[in-house]
Amino acid sequence: MSTTTAQRTGFGAVLWDYLTTVDHKKIGILYLISGGFFFLIGGLEAMAIRIQLIKPENDFVSAGFYNEILTMHGTTMIFLAAMPLIFALMNAVVPLQIGARDVAFPFLNSLGFWLFLFGGLLLNASWFLGGAPDAGWTAYAPLSTTSPGHGVDFYILGLQISGAGTLIAGINFLVTIVNMRAPGMTYMRLPLFTWTTFVVSALILFAFPALTVGLFLLMFDRLFGSGFFNANMGGNSVIWEHLFWIFGHPEVYILILPAFGVFSEVLPTFAKKRLFGYTAMVFATVLIGFLGFMVWAHHMFTVGLGPAANSIFAVATMAIAVPTGIKIFNWLFTLWGGNIQINSAMLWSLSFIPTFTLGGMTGVMLAAAAADYQYHDTYFVVAHFHYVIVGGVVFGIFAGLHYWWPRMFGKILNETLGKITFWTFFIGFHLTFFIQHFLGLMGMPRRYWVFLADQGLDTGNFISTIGAFLMAVGTIVFLINVIVTTSKGEKVSGDPWDGRTLEWAIPNPTPHYNFKQTPLVRGLDALWVEKTEGRKEMTPAEPLDDIHMPNASILPFIMSLGLFIAGFGFIYQIDNISWLLAVFIGMGITLGAMFVRSVKDDLGHHIHKEDLDKGAGL
Amino acid sequence: MAENTNSVQNELDYHKKKKKEEMKQQVITFALMIVFTIIAFTMVAAGLDKLFVIPIIVVLAIVQVIFQLYYFMHMSHKGHELPAIMMYGGISVAFLTILTFLVLIWW
Repeated sequence: MSTTTAQRTGFGAVLWDYLTTVDHKKIGILYLISGGFFFLIGGLEAMAIRIQLIKPENDFVSAGFYNEILTMHGTTMIFLAAMPLIFALMNAVVPLQIGARDVAFPFLNSLGFWLFLFGGLLLNASWFLGGAPDAGWTAYAPLSTTSPGHGVDFYILGLQISGAGTLIAGINFLVTIVNMRAPGMTYMRLPLFTWTTFVVSALILFAFPALTVGLFLLMFDRLFGSGFFNANMGGNSVIWEHLFWIFGHPEVYILILPAFGVFSEVLPTFAKKRLFGYTAMVFATVLIGFLGFMVWAHHMFTVGLGPAANSIFAVATMAIAVPTGIKIFNWLFTLWGGNIQINSAMLWSLSFIPTFTLGGMTGVMLAAAAADYQYHDTYFVVAHFHYVIVGGVVFGIFAGLHYWWPRMFGKILNETLGKITFWTFFIGFHLTFFIQHFLGLMGMPRRYWVFLADQGLDTGNFISTIGAFLMAVGTIVFLINVIVTTSKGEKVSGDPWDGRTLEWAIPNPTPHYNFKQTPLVRGLDALWVEKTEGRKEMTPAEPLDDIHMPNASILPFIMSLGLFIAGFGFIYQIDNISWLLAVFIGMGITLGAMFVRSVKDDLGHHIHKEDLDKGAGL
Repeated sequence: MAENTNSVQNELDYHKKKKKEEMKQQVITFALMIVFTIIAFTMVAAGLDKLFVIPIIVVLAIVQVIFQLYYFMHMSHKGHELPAIMMYGGISVAFLTILTFLVLIWW
């Protein structure tokens, strides 16, 4: 063992380990680091937006640059921050919750991550190469097809590459949850976070192809002279809006459902009660996923689809309030009469309920198609979607990080700093966005880089900017918390919260193979079932045996790097045909790596049962 | 002992009967699919009205796909519930998308 420990201490060895890892726990950490990095970049862009709007007719940034930071804030936060941070939690937790040793396709898991990262880097490379995309995160045609420079091209290629990664990750989780559940883990015994991951993966599978197709059409319009969205050539720009929102609406449920899953894990644990209405919660999750595909045109009420289409989509949208309401009440009933312990994870979860309900209420207001003509493209919409996305997804990610940090890193995040983060962020959030409802109702339009003085908008915008600074302080305190905990925190047991689900049945640190023996699941809240019968551990479902584990591989990194290079080739070949060389080189690298993967047998390795007691794979 | 042999025999008979049943279904669906194809070709060859021919061919095609999936690819057997759900999910999303494009964009 001493030799392996010595090997692991070198920085190069650690780097190589993470570049080649196919271990879901390490990929979760990679998602967390890169998602956190993009979250900070998106946050900086948000700060620039709010500083620009602190006073009337400010000139902190120019109009063109404002368009770029506005576009990149939305795109980064949705695709490069929220999505990977959710995948971080899924990777860290889902295989443990179902009693599996890894995901179904560990190689693809790694490929999904590297594709996402290189897509995100390609998108952000645009800052240094003549300007970022500036057509809004929705990239509506014809604004996106006619936008000068290469900004929107970076948007197309960057999202295409990272979107492929997301699709791969989604399929991987679907197969994992279908096939790799431990004996006795029936569908109706799955922890709710796993259930939401399952539904979300199905949504990814069905929604992302619409984005892929849309981006391809846009790419051909911009780079290869086609006219899908060009009315002069017989195209129709509304097609883009439909394709984008057929993807885009399920996308917001892809973001929020895992957050719902996190709260459904945190609340029962710290209320010491089983989740109220588990069956109803599962049903509501599936129903939200199902309805999520029938409401996309509520983003397009003012396009002119006609009263019949608007009414159908308005009613379908309002219907989503029913399963969401079921969930809200079930969380409240879970708390009812519980032995509630308040800590950072719990604070985020408790504050989520009223915050998200506010966002849901404005959602029903916006769903009324006739009224939407008044709200459309005002700050009312901005306030609404920040209430559901920050108040839902970001609160959920913070709650999940505080809750699962001891599982991922073996230490509990500092409670004092956690509470400071919560209160500054929570107050800052409401200061920033609550006032924006009224700015919107007073008629302040979205996306404008300045507003005029003495129109009743000055104070509101000033308050909003103050709130944004508080949120920034909260985020910085969280970063300090991570550093303090990592350097000074004490190692805890494998089950610091007296948890209910399988992931807390594992010792700390989590072994490479997760479970020495696959556990036997005997009910919902598998670990709790054992605890009520006086046992400390899970009953094994198999005798101790050799453990088969996948081999590490650098190929996913190389494949993604190839697409990254090819992306630049596609973007610049319109200026100079010799850039096609980059396309050939990049695609050659990717296809070559795929060829190697196909012809080279990689059957994984075994950890022998004799070595398990000696600490192999820890 | 005699009883035991009997039950094995019964099981064998049961499986034989089930296999026979399945074979019968496959032959029937195979014959039906050939008939459907002949109908489709004859209708086109007979030069009937397009408005009449196209919907019928589409319906016949859908029925044939269902036959194919359920009788030849064994989706009727146990353990195929989840693939069925995923397929119907995907089909309904694709159908909705196409419907939108037909009625909302190219009206």
